[in-house]
Amino acid sequence: MIPATFEYYRPKDMAGVLSILSKHGDDARVMAGGHSLIPMMKLRMADVPHLIDLQDVGGMSGIEIGADSIRIGAMTTQSDIIDHVGLADAAPILREAALQIADPQVRYMGTVGGNVANGDPGNDMPGLMQCLDATFTVVGLEGERDIAARDFYEAAYMTAREDEEVLTAVTIPLPTGGYAYEKQKRKIGDYATAAAAVQIVKEGGSCVSASVAMTNLSDIPVYSEATGAALVGTSVDDAALKAAMAAMLGDIDPTEDNRGPVAFKNHVAGVILRRAIERAWSRA
Amino acid sequence: MSNKMHIKLNVNGKDEEFLAEPRELLIYTLRERLNITGPHIGCETSHCGACTVTIDGKSVKACTVFVAQASGKEVTTIEGIGGPDDLHPLQNAFKEHHGLQCGYCTPGMITRATKLLEEIPNPTEEEIRFGMAGNICRCTGYQNIVKSIQAAAAEMSAAKEAAE
Amino acid sequence: MKDEVTSREERVENLKGMGCSRKRVEDARFTQGKGNYVDDIKLDGMLFGDFVRSPYAHARIKNIDTAAALEVPGVLAVLTAADLEPLGLHWMPTLAGDKQMVLADGKVLFQGQEVAFVVAEDRYAAADGIELVEVEYEELPVIVDPFDSLKSDVVLREDLVGEGGALPDGAHGPRKHHNHIFTWEAGDKMPTEEVIANAEVVATESMYYHRTHPCPLETCGCVASMDKVNGKLTLWGTFQAPHAIRTVVSLISGIEEHNIRVISPDIGGGFGNKVGAYPGYVCSVVASIVTGKPVKWIEDRMDNLMTTAFARDYHMTGKISATKEGKITGLHCHVTADHGGFDACADPTKFPAGFMNICTGSYDIPTAYLEVDGVYTNKAPGGVSYRCSFRVTEAVYFIERMIEVLAIELNMDAAELRRINFIKKEQFPYKAALGWEYDSGDYHTAWDKALTTVDYDGLRAEQAQRIEDFKAGKTRKLMGIGLSFFTEIVGAGPVKNCDILGLGMFDSCEIRIHPTGSAIARLGTISQGQGHATTFAQILASEIGLPADSITIEEGDTDTAPYGLGTYGSRSTPVAGAATAMAGRKIRAKAQMIAAYLLEVHDNDVEFDVDRFVVKGAPERFKTMKEIAFAAYNQAIPGIEPGLEAVSYYDPPNMTYPFGAYVCVMDIDVDTGVPEIRRFYALDDCGTRINPMIIEGQVHGGLTEALAVALGQEIAYDDMGNVKTGTLMDFFLPTAWEVPNYETDYTVTPSPHHPIGAKGVGESPHVGGVPCFSNAVQDAFRPFGNRHTNMPHDHWRIWRTANELGLHD
Repeated sequence: MIPATFEYYRPKDMAGVLSILSKHGDDARVMAGGHSLIPMMKLRMADVPHLIDLQDVGGMSGIEIGADSIRIGAMTTQSDIIDHVGLADAAPILREAALQIADPQVRYMGTVGGNVANGDPGNDMPGLMQCLDATFTVVGLEGERDIAARDFYEAAYMTAREDEEVLTAVTIPLPTGGYAYEKQKRKIGDYATAAAAVQIVKEGGSCVSASVAMTNLSDIPVYSEATGAALVGTSVDDAALKAAMAAMLGDIDPTEDNRGPVAFKNHVAGVILRRAIERAWSRA
Repeated sequence: MSNKMHIKLNVNGKDEEFLAEPRELLIYTLRERLNITGPHIGCETSHCGACTVTIDGKSVKACTVFVAQASGKEVTTIEGIGGPDDLHPLQNAFKEHHGLQCGYCTPGMITRATKLLEEIPNPTEEEIRFGMAGNICRCTGYQNIVKSIQAAAAEMSAAKEAAE
Repeated sequence: MKDEVTSREERVENLKGMGCSRKRVEDARFTQGKGNYVDDIKLDGMLFGDFVRSPYAHARIKNIDTAAALEVPGVLAVLTAADLEPLGLHWMPTLAGDKQMVLADGKVLFQGQEVAFVVAEDRYAAADGIELVEVEYEELPVIVDPFDSLKSDVVLREDLVGEGGALPDGAHGPRKHHNHIFTWEAGDKMPTEEVIANAEVVATESMYYHRTHPCPLETCGCVASMDKVNGKLTLWGTFQAPHAIRTVVSLISGIEEHNIRVISPDIGGGFGNKVGAYPGYVCSVVASIVTGKPVKWIEDRMDNLMTTAFARDYHMTGKISATKEGKITGLHCHVTADHGGFDACADPTKFPAGFMNICTGSYDIPTAYLEVDGVYTNKAPGGVSYRCSFRVTEAVYFIERMIEVLAIELNMDAAELRRINFIKKEQFPYKAALGWEYDSGDYHTAWDKALTTVDYDGLRAEQAQRIEDFKAGKTRKLMGIGLSFFTEIVGAGPVKNCDILGLGMFDSCEIRIHPTGSAIARLGTISQGQGHATTFAQILASEIGLPADSITIEEGDTDTAPYGLGTYGSRSTPVAGAATAMAGRKIRAKAQMIAAYLLEVHDNDVEFDVDRFVVKGAPERFKTMKEIAFAAYNQAIPGIEPGLEAVSYYDPPNMTYPFGAYVCVMDIDVDTGVPEIRRFYALDDCGTRINPMIIEGQVHGGLTEALAVALGQEIAYDDMGNVKTGTLMDFFLPTAWEVPNYETDYTVTPSPHHPIGAKGVGESPHVGGVPCFSNAVQDAFRPFGNRHTNMPHDHWRIWRTANELGLHD
């Protein structure tokens, strides 16, 4: 498996990145860890005449935990997420999810930015970011703009980011309450058969807010507002769980693949969601 | 086609400089350009880990890294971990505990394990199984690999204590 | 002498002979990254070849335009069938008596089929050249189901249909349809049908053993180097049978066999994938002859999974009859075997369905009948034995499922049903209804030991409680207890009925003792991880009394090793291991004469004792083997040639029949279909145990491959013949995380006909493991009405079973 030839660039700053991007348009692609892109290039399923390696661009990695929000640079790796002690306190769902991505080697290379930006419906971070109501910062020649994770995904591999823009950071409002990232997969290294990200707040035995997103159950990650709404105001009892599952099923649209047919995926999505909610609730 | 780049690598402590196409995959650089054939090619899609090397302190699958990306970095392969006169405890433990059969996954497996033991010096069985899950072995069923890593960890810890 | 102070026990220990867990001598190089696999070979001026492959499963080739590819800098040649035809190499014989296209000759029959071979200065230019070869295809109707194939008007193999649609016989007799390959029968049809028709109880079941792939971590590959000056061809490759490959290359290329040297270097796992001859080998040889340079061809993983050597794809229908008390009276089995586009099975010639006729298993079944129909489809060719002797995994799966289904029919415990039908110890050698003569066994002892160790009754009680809890809504997890008792048939085999392309399946060992008492032994087999260099030296150490550490074992170079049929079907220990012992005994016989001469007694007055010959009744008078070795080279002994060497070609009188008893305890999440293996107990009886450490390692590995096959590993096709599982994302190879720890155990029932009583073990755990894992899944659902569901038991299929049984809301 040998990729086609390409021009390789390793600019030192964002201006350099943007100028190459603007020059070559969709013939150019930026790359962080490359663990999604390189296999596609090797299989010659992705044609990238101009490859821009972001590793030398400063200011794109790091985790900053502020009073109200967490900012994660796009080049922060899954393994950085797992090892960051402060983050494990501030937003433990990130660590829980990151540990379920790929395998140790891939987590050293795979970045948060790459995971959210390339629009692969199998990736775990997009749904997670929607659950957390994150904002993605993209930069282009016209300057920076923020896009809500919940508005970012348009179709498989199609996002609100323009070809000439680079995703530089993810900002997450400091989450509160209980959390869970529940994922069923066939083995380590596999994408989710179904995965659910849940963040839930309990006050006086009742749910005051709930945010739910599902992974690999549609051509985009599925933030299900209706699912959260079905939980709010309840004690997250069996009836509420069933209502949440029903609401979620209205929002997902899985397709058949080697992991199984649609009926199975719908069923497992419900089971996984239920388990995620129950675990999150127990932690709330 | 001749878009060759000037590449600098430090491999197993030795500086290497050469011209290469950026699309050259690091695994081929090592195996074919530098004749470092310990790391192997198993799946080519970053699932099997036979090509695992250490790049700047991280376990990486060299089949999924362009040489251009690796330029300027330090790379360690099984050849840099231990040889006839200075065997690494893991190399010895894999032999003692029958942690290999055909040997094809072994260099990647041991290379990954060195990093695992740096991060978790005394791992539980569960930590070993999780931390080694990026390396596929078709022969051993992993049971003796786990045993080998446990034994090496014990030996390395004992040596460390003795030294302190 | 210093030997005086060494006790006999110490002398035995020093030898590191049979029965000890000697550490492997192979491991030093492997753990230091110094193995030498085929892709590590680098020769001056070496070129790289790679294939243009068909994206279609069935298509006519209208045109191949290589012009643009030849423009790529570094591309030297593009071979097509038209280039090979003048050499008669556009087709090649398969091991199964069929022929196979080397490069697409007018049409393609499966996705991934080799269409053109691009030869370039490096692998990058080759890859770029492949992209630019323009092939014009005309799509043809695709057949992926063998039952459809037998009904279809579409002719897959026009080359096998005569004028006016006449069907000439195939390699294995008459054909019923243009897409039919052979019918193969064993046993007695009428009596079996009669017994079943009149039986008190009959269980019938159809099962599909899915298509999978051996998928060793190293793919297939070779380096061909034609030395035009000397007329010698050297071919390095991932060959499980290097000598057979040499003969095949000679036969199809016309190069005299003495001018061909085939070398199997270190092999990164084989599991059956590396037995056959593939188009890549032929094209590399041709390319080397054409260019005068060495040519390397290495598969990538997709090539490997899509084209070289699938395993299984057997549709099996069984009927088993019994008395009301559960005594089995008859067994009927029909198989529809999907062989893909060419019949490229790697079976002994007279056995087109391998040893499927071992499907009466470990049971005393008086009457049986087996019929196998081989069928062409638009899938990759193959049908190799993936970690098993020929089709034995299929046979054992079949009988171990039929036993379970019969137990359901009888409403009987499946462990007890097995017990009352086992062949009894005193019945061995046992002549089975389908023809084989089982050499030895003690099934009841093994079974009782297994069931006692796992506390079978306790497990059943726990399971009963679990079912109650499940029904009461206290748990959503079911518990399955998987049982299997298997008998393998390995060590092919006796030349009288086992050959491949006419080559008898003997094997060989040649030993040279050096003057200072060390030795080299060469064998016709080739290790792919089994540790031959370690274990064969142990056999020899015990036979000739020199330490295993002083004995080098060498395999895989046809210029130096004696002819043998290679390593697969667990034949190394049964056949080459026997040759090793026999050659060792020839050494010992000569050593005895030398010792007698040195000790100045009659030959019959000395006897062998561990590492020496001693004078009978005077053990203080002896000559060590080391002393004898030196004497063989430095003394002129009347009537005895100098030197100490021996060769043995061993034609085994029978197969060997290892057996074992396995138990798996599994929890199954009914809602997600996720199985969790809680416990796995494996008792193996492989006869005499040469190296317990290696045996245990083989068992762990074979069980893990069994787990993979039973729980998810498949080569799946869509209706258009596209392979859906072409990378390791979708082709299930479990990691350390998905694999449990195994408990191993053993009994020892030596083979009576093998010189050291050994039977072979590498494949037993796979053969016995697959039905055990599958039975655990099926057993969990048995209380709810499950009879049989097909593998692989991946999450969704387990879920589907639960769903169909009404276990979801």
